[in-house]
Amino acid sequence: MVEIKQNLIVVGSRPARVDAVDKVIGRASYATDVRLPGMLVGRVLRSPYAHARILSIDTGRAEKLPGVYGVVTAADLPPLEGDDAVGEKAFRDRELASDKVLYVGHPIAAVAARTPEIAQEALDLIRVEYDVLTPVVDVLAAMKADAPILHHDMRTRSLAGTGEKPTNVAAHFEQVKGDPGQGFAEADVIVDREFRNPMVHQCYLEPHSSTAVWSDNGGLTLYVTTQGTFSVRSHVVRLLRLSMSQVKVVPMEVGGAFGGKNSSYVDGVAAMLARKARRPVKVTMSRPETFMATGPNSGSVLRVKMGATRDGHLTAAEATLIYEAGAYPGSPVGSGSHVMFAPYQIPNGRLEGYDVVVNKPVVSSYRAPGATQACFVAEQVINELAGTLGFDPIEFRLLNSVKEGSETVDGTVHRHIGAIEVLQAAKASPHYTTPLEGPNRGRGVGHAFWGNWGACSSVTMTVNSDGTVSMVMGSVDITGTRTSIAMQAAETLGLPLDRVKCTMGDTDSIGYSDTSGGSRTTVATGHAAVKAAHDVIDKMRERAAQIWEVDVQAVVFDAGIFHVPDDLDKTLSFQALAELLPRTGNVVIGVGNVDVADWGSCFGTHIADVEVDPETGKVTLLRYTVVQDVGKAIHPMQVEGQLQGGATQGIGWALYEGYEFDAAGQMLNPTLLDYKIPTALDVPDIETILVEVPYPHHPFGARGVGENPIMPPPAAIAEAIYQAVGARVCDLPITPARILETLGII
Amino acid sequence: MKPFAYEAPTSVDQAVTLLAEKGERARPLAGGTDILVQVRRGFHNLDLLVDVKRIPELVRIDYDAEEGLTLGAAVSCAVLCEHPTLQAHYPGLLDAVSIIGGAAIQGRATLGGNLCNAAPSGDAIAAMIALGGEALVAGPEGRRLVPIASFCTAPGVTALRPGDLVVALRFAPPKPHSGAAYVRFVPRGEMDIAVAGAGAWVALSPGGTTFTDARIALSAVAPTPLYVERAAEALAGQAPGEDAYARAAEAAQEAAKPIDDMRGTAAQRQHLVGVLVKRALRAAVARAGANHAGTGMEA
Repeated sequence: MVEIKQNLIVVGSRPARVDAVDKVIGRASYATDVRLPGMLVGRVLRSPYAHARILSIDTGRAEKLPGVYGVVTAADLPPLEGDDAVGEKAFRDRELASDKVLYVGHPIAAVAARTPEIAQEALDLIRVEYDVLTPVVDVLAAMKADAPILHHDMRTRSLAGTGEKPTNVAAHFEQVKGDPGQGFAEADVIVDREFRNPMVHQCYLEPHSSTAVWSDNGGLTLYVTTQGTFSVRSHVVRLLRLSMSQVKVVPMEVGGAFGGKNSSYVDGVAAMLARKARRPVKVTMSRPETFMATGPNSGSVLRVKMGATRDGHLTAAEATLIYEAGAYPGSPVGSGSHVMFAPYQIPNGRLEGYDVVVNKPVVSSYRAPGATQACFVAEQVINELAGTLGFDPIEFRLLNSVKEGSETVDGTVHRHIGAIEVLQAAKASPHYTTPLEGPNRGRGVGHAFWGNWGACSSVTMTVNSDGTVSMVMGSVDITGTRTSIAMQAAETLGLPLDRVKCTMGDTDSIGYSDTSGGSRTTVATGHAAVKAAHDVIDKMRERAAQIWEVDVQAVVFDAGIFHVPDDLDKTLSFQALAELLPRTGNVVIGVGNVDVADWGSCFGTHIADVEVDPETGKVTLLRYTVVQDVGKAIHPMQVEGQLQGGATQGIGWALYEGYEFDAAGQMLNPTLLDYKIPTALDVPDIETILVEVPYPHHPFGARGVGENPIMPPPAAIAEAIYQAVGARVCDLPITPARILETLGII
Repeated sequence: MKPFAYEAPTSVDQAVTLLAEKGERARPLAGGTDILVQVRRGFHNLDLLVDVKRIPELVRIDYDAEEGLTLGAAVSCAVLCEHPTLQAHYPGLLDAVSIIGGAAIQGRATLGGNLCNAAPSGDAIAAMIALGGEALVAGPEGRRLVPIASFCTAPGVTALRPGDLVVALRFAPPKPHSGAAYVRFVPRGEMDIAVAGAGAWVALSPGGTTFTDARIALSAVAPTPLYVERAAEALAGQAPGEDAYARAAEAAQEAAKPIDDMRGTAAQRQHLVGVLVKRALRAAVARAGANHAGTGMEA
């Protein structure tokens, strides 16, 4: 634990984001803005089949097309060797399929050409012979004993060991707390329901793009849109067997990510093409490619059963979570099961999860991965129990809420949490205390727990001789990070924000930093910035001691002033001392390099008011409020933006979004015309209430805030719809047709 | 997208000549909000796009109380929506025009383009059918009028022949005691494609006590925007009110042949046709009621 700083000046204020104006007027440079001399266009040939064996790939005609400078396939990768040939083959097959395609859009080959038109023509000239196999599109069908198998070497992993037969179930787990049977026997009311949700995409507006250029000495530079430059470096190093120092990854501005840019999709192919063509190559995905061949969130089937006594106490909870991993294992079923019952004290429980491969895109992280559907189902059942027992939904949650030291169903012990404070703030909010009136209107509540990751961050900080500070961070700025990190440094250095500049470093210019994900960046990179600032202060104290010819222990730094107490002659402002640095041993460079081990906790409660058109089933959101424990808001406006943005994506899950597949595994709606995300017309002005229960492992008490707010909207809106017209819809999205079907109108 | 030629003639004759030369491998370009997307996706294999926005006849709006309204086929939706004559006399048309896309699309999209794209969900097509509109078509053999109700023949297919160009859309002057409206259902606020839509035009007796004439058209519930022939007989002589609306809605539901797709289910669309026809009729009758004097010229 650290001592949390008080009496803050910069932290907690609302300055303009440093990147705001450039982004608004179109001056900011994104990955597709990169133009290098002699640059070629790269395009990827993708599988038209969801499941097929590749019999042959003939690139001969494409290679001979004038204007084509290179064609690559899996055969261009370094030969497979080593202990983990199976895992390595799967890793490489995801980049470029060698012998089997596992979803529509699976990359097979790529070309580099002078123009997009030539590149497209070259793709059309590549001949691939397929042996088309039966696709596995439904997750329950995939689990059946006679289902077609995607990976013949796959065996189910579980705590009991490894299975014996080929299967599509990559992993299975079960956790039990107490005696669930006894717990349900003690319940007066039991709700038991099954839910489904489709795959949904992050829908960042900027698709993936990567520009690769090799130097003659074997160095590779990549200009990318990513959440983590070092993740891209690791990916390319592993794929092409390079050394880390050979690869420089340069982060460009990011046009939205939401977890979808933790994975690498076109960086490896761009590097392969650029090496073969001996020219810079840019590969940019289209929107349909982005839908079909990047990582959405899992579609899933969930069953939830919860029991409570007449006096409102939860006695037992059970859940079965079946998550689609897509074509390769690794769904976020674990995090779904971890968080779904975590807001409540439940003495008896059972959680069972399945990670299942299907012939669909390989899932990736999406803002609170796997948690939104789990929150949707648990909170729907909580709402139904509260309603059946006649409790106010927030009162019911307060009655059962976890407190300091509570243990969840999966054995997690809550520490330093603000669960009760959030629920109380929601209950007292202007929204909740205003009655909702009018026909076909309803109000619903949803409540969520999510943690924040810590992990590795690096910051360096140079004090310039004019007293300004130039910082470089290894984190990619996806959420206003440059501003919120500079604010933490400025606060520590006792400087106004306009004296501290923070930039994103490439992988050659700054130490390892984990991806900007898991709600970690403001917290962990903030830690690194504060550490670097203290390093600066210590080095400047040494320099002052040298100038004043006193012991360094005698020099005190306080509110931007270096001085020796009780010696008025020995006082220098930060700037005055900075001006003396060049003549006393060069400028000072501070380093902050951390691996934050603590996982923070975050609770949020949402309130939704809707009106439902009973004739058409159309849902209009009337009012929406997000209440969240943010620890300490470093930049309250950016925190509010995270809460509003997360809620908006959750509203999309609730009402509009979902992949649609036909029986052959072809995605039917890979455009933003038919994959519907909320527009400005669909989302009301979302009210936010920031609750600040300081998190003791951060210098200013901040918690990671970005992911939690996507979780509660589907449950809150589902309950509001139920209150409005009596339709309890258990499948996402809650479309007008589903509402009319539930009401028996169609 | 493969390279293609671009021409911007300044007369209908020049445009028709250019289009006729290339036949199936040429298309007119108005706002381009559909055709450019389709070319980029490889739906058409074109040698030539003929930009028709520099032809004066295609960007004019003429209204005459005797002759009615002639709308150049390439006038943008944004211009139509701000036109006082249209606002005064053809609000039922603007119901549809105003919901085609957002502000950026509105500045480009045209009624001629909406018609020639022949989408089953084309909002303005159903609204124009309800108004009894005609398309003025110029072709290698001269000019002819094609009723909009029979213009679309299949999804994306029209009655146009190679070399044909839609010059204008024509509508009769509004009758006294008449009114029109178009409503559609989309799951979002707007900026969307109709799951189903209904346009209605009604004419009432001078006292407003009975329907004297009516037309109903539907969108997104058949392979083309659909003219409901039986709706007029269902309403003729009836008093405006829920009973008559229900009768017309039933006729429309019988005519509709909806399918299941990713935008909606057949059952949902069948149900929506009933809801939307009633809503369109209520709105059209309300406008007819406010239109006792018509334009004051022809009564």
